[in-house]
Amino acid sequence: MAELAMQTIKICKSYGTVPVLFDVDFELKKGEIHALIGENGAGKSTLVKILAGYHQQASGELLRRGKPVTYPNTGAAEADGVVMIHQEFNLANDLTVEENIFLGKEIMRRGFLDKAAMRQRSAEILQNLGTTINPRARVKDLSVSDKQMVEIAKALALNSEVLIMDEPTAVLTAGEIDVLFKIIRALRDHGVSIVYISHKLHEVKALADRVTVLRDGHRICTERASELNEDDMARLMVGRELSTLFPPKGQAPHRSAPVLEVQKISCPRYVQNASFQLYAGEVLGFAGLIGAGRTELMECVVGLRRRSSGTVLYRGKPLSARSYGDAIRNRIVYLSEDRKGKGLFTSMPLAPNVTILSLHEHLTRFGFLDGRKEEATLDQTIEEFDVRIPSKRALVSMLSGGNQQKIALGKLMQVEPDIVILDEPTRGIDVGTKQQVYYFIRELAERGKSCILISSELPEIVGLSDRVIVMRSGVVMGELTGEEVNEEEIMLYATGVKGGMAG
Amino acid sequence: MNQEAATGWAKVKELGSRISWQDVGPLIAVFALMVLGTAINPTFLSMGNLTNVFTRSAFTGIIAIGATFVIGTGSIDLSVGSMAAFNSGVMIIFMNYLVQHWGATWATVTAAMALSLLLGAAGGLVNGLVITKGRIESFIVTLGTMGIFRSLVTYLANGGTLSLNLPVRGLYRPVYYGTFLKIPIPLIIFCLVAMVGAVLMYKTRFGRYVLAIGSSYHVAHYSAINVNRIRVLTYILQGICVAIATIIYVPRLGSASGTTGYGWELEAIAAVIIGGTAMKGGTAKILGTVAGAIIFSIIGNILNLSDAISQYLNGAVQGLIIIGAVLVQRTSKE
Repeated sequence: MAELAMQTIKICKSYGTVPVLFDVDFELKKGEIHALIGENGAGKSTLVKILAGYHQQASGELLRRGKPVTYPNTGAAEADGVVMIHQEFNLANDLTVEENIFLGKEIMRRGFLDKAAMRQRSAEILQNLGTTINPRARVKDLSVSDKQMVEIAKALALNSEVLIMDEPTAVLTAGEIDVLFKIIRALRDHGVSIVYISHKLHEVKALADRVTVLRDGHRICTERASELNEDDMARLMVGRELSTLFPPKGQAPHRSAPVLEVQKISCPRYVQNASFQLYAGEVLGFAGLIGAGRTELMECVVGLRRRSSGTVLYRGKPLSARSYGDAIRNRIVYLSEDRKGKGLFTSMPLAPNVTILSLHEHLTRFGFLDGRKEEATLDQTIEEFDVRIPSKRALVSMLSGGNQQKIALGKLMQVEPDIVILDEPTRGIDVGTKQQVYYFIRELAERGKSCILISSELPEIVGLSDRVIVMRSGVVMGELTGEEVNEEEIMLYATGVKGGMAG
Repeated sequence: MNQEAATGWAKVKELGSRISWQDVGPLIAVFALMVLGTAINPTFLSMGNLTNVFTRSAFTGIIAIGATFVIGTGSIDLSVGSMAAFNSGVMIIFMNYLVQHWGATWATVTAAMALSLLLGAAGGLVNGLVITKGRIESFIVTLGTMGIFRSLVTYLANGGTLSLNLPVRGLYRPVYYGTFLKIPIPLIIFCLVAMVGAVLMYKTRFGRYVLAIGSSYHVAHYSAINVNRIRVLTYILQGICVAIATIIYVPRLGSASGTTGYGWELEAIAAVIIGGTAMKGGTAKILGTVAGAIIFSIIGNILNLSDAISQYLNGAVQGLIIIGAVLVQRTSKE
């Protein structure tokens, strides 16, 4: 048996009165890639945070190289070679790459920074990672994937033996993911142990040596990755059959007058002359690579972002270009891809989040806020969307990603929208919640509403959309319907091989 | 235990779990300080002294209620003390002018009060517009207007003191020194302002939007809240609170100079902070702000009554209290 890099024995953990881990046993061998999968709220993040010293277990034992250890903080874990790379970047944006790599562990010479040594070491690490990032570039000028590389370089600068990665590919493109996987495999071959959290099961299948499944704070099983297929993993995660991830598409909605007509919208640097129509009862997918301008286009449509030209007609009447409030009054809502930064007030309780768009409907006779009505709306949302919450007075930040997303959707539904624009609605949420979101979208369309779905996950676009528009570098490249809606065709347009409609 | 008692106890427990120490803390501090004051000097508890203490808390207290809204959005207004001084100066000049035409009448005083409210709202509007339209940090803008207002009043007073016409002073005097049902009028006004503030903050859409903005500008924007408009409104509200404080301050001394309202901005902000409102916005405790203002007034009074610490060290003690209060809040949160 290979040597164990880390091990947990019957670890338990609660947040306040909410238990999140029950007697979890977990083994990490030296030089293996060990995937940790489970729905949101299953306890994955908590478990790895205990490994990395962010949290301490309430009971149970943590072993490193077979000996019991306690990490009072992340510094202690890092000193022992255990490093965690965050889902959200932990980089100082105004500092350079090399300053970030050595942040908090600067190399000193005679009491002053030894910049030359740090520069050389940074360059070495980056080179080993196979990237061309300039060590002297400012982090804020880097692309998202390069930032991810810097995070990894930062961890490697510590000579870490255990590397914990929490959804490292969430923001990467396909090409970047390939590079990352090569690096991860190379690290493993050098004896580094990797804990890999992901919701993308095909990645887990492709990358991991072993897989541990968590569900509701319990360890369900640990298996060799070669012995599980993606369906098995999904089934183990949710504990039931996921017969059909996507709801069946309805009949092609017959096209009368468009509900929404977007004409030649431009937004400097992001969108050029984009036009499209949206019809009642359809799901219109927007595909494209990250940075294709889809988010910016939709923000222009609803008035959240200033456009330099173009008009938007809702049922034939122009919409205000400068006010999202005008869109809301016309029952057009937009779900931001940035749930924590733009979607929800994470430090506030649930009720004020759900009612913020519809406070005028939560007033007493005298025009004051009615707490009871707000609570009733929250109850209704919790029931309708099957939200799992620790308590009704919980803050949004205490919910898992999937449950936060349900609250975000519930917030939008309060205005009884006619048009729903969803930007990456399943980012960072578990497969069970994903399925619920898919059925929710289809149901909206079936009720005659219109839905725009922006997604970077092609299976999602293909599985849900009645019609697909592909964007590339701010330009609408083409529109696909019927049989054309498949991954290969979309990629041809998204990468610029096909298309480029005059528009 | 019978069932009724059991549910009764459950209710008490439920209530207990609902009380947050952050809310109650400042009130406990007020009570503790009163016990301390009495222990040091029994005259502390005399009606005359207590009245004096609470009345004095009214100026910064009223200003602090407005500041709770500004800070609730995550901004700050440093100009309130100077604005109060400027307002006082203009009121006095205006009354001294009107008295020539209308005599020492309530018409004169009322017109000056109206002018004060107008000036306060206008000052707040200017602060708010420059901050939102100019997209400048509120700290910078109000640091600028703080200097401007202070300098304007010094200029109006020609470097000296502006004094209110004596007959008008006599007429206006009861607004500060008078009582209603034995309660000093400034205290009544303070209570009213606090109550209106609490209703605005907790029971209206405006208040909800204030906290939403303080919680996150971006999320507020993406929730179709007109962030700039709400922010400007908080500054106007702050200006009106300054005007109200000025209206009850002018009859106290009947004069204004370059040092009028000196340091009020710090006292008001400190009252908000020890009351439990977070500097970064998103939470706002009106009752805490009231307690915060009273705490400062009591400390000053205790120092006056005791010989242990020189009253010149008042500022030092206040500073320690501010830092201590925030430390306590921080640790109780964790």
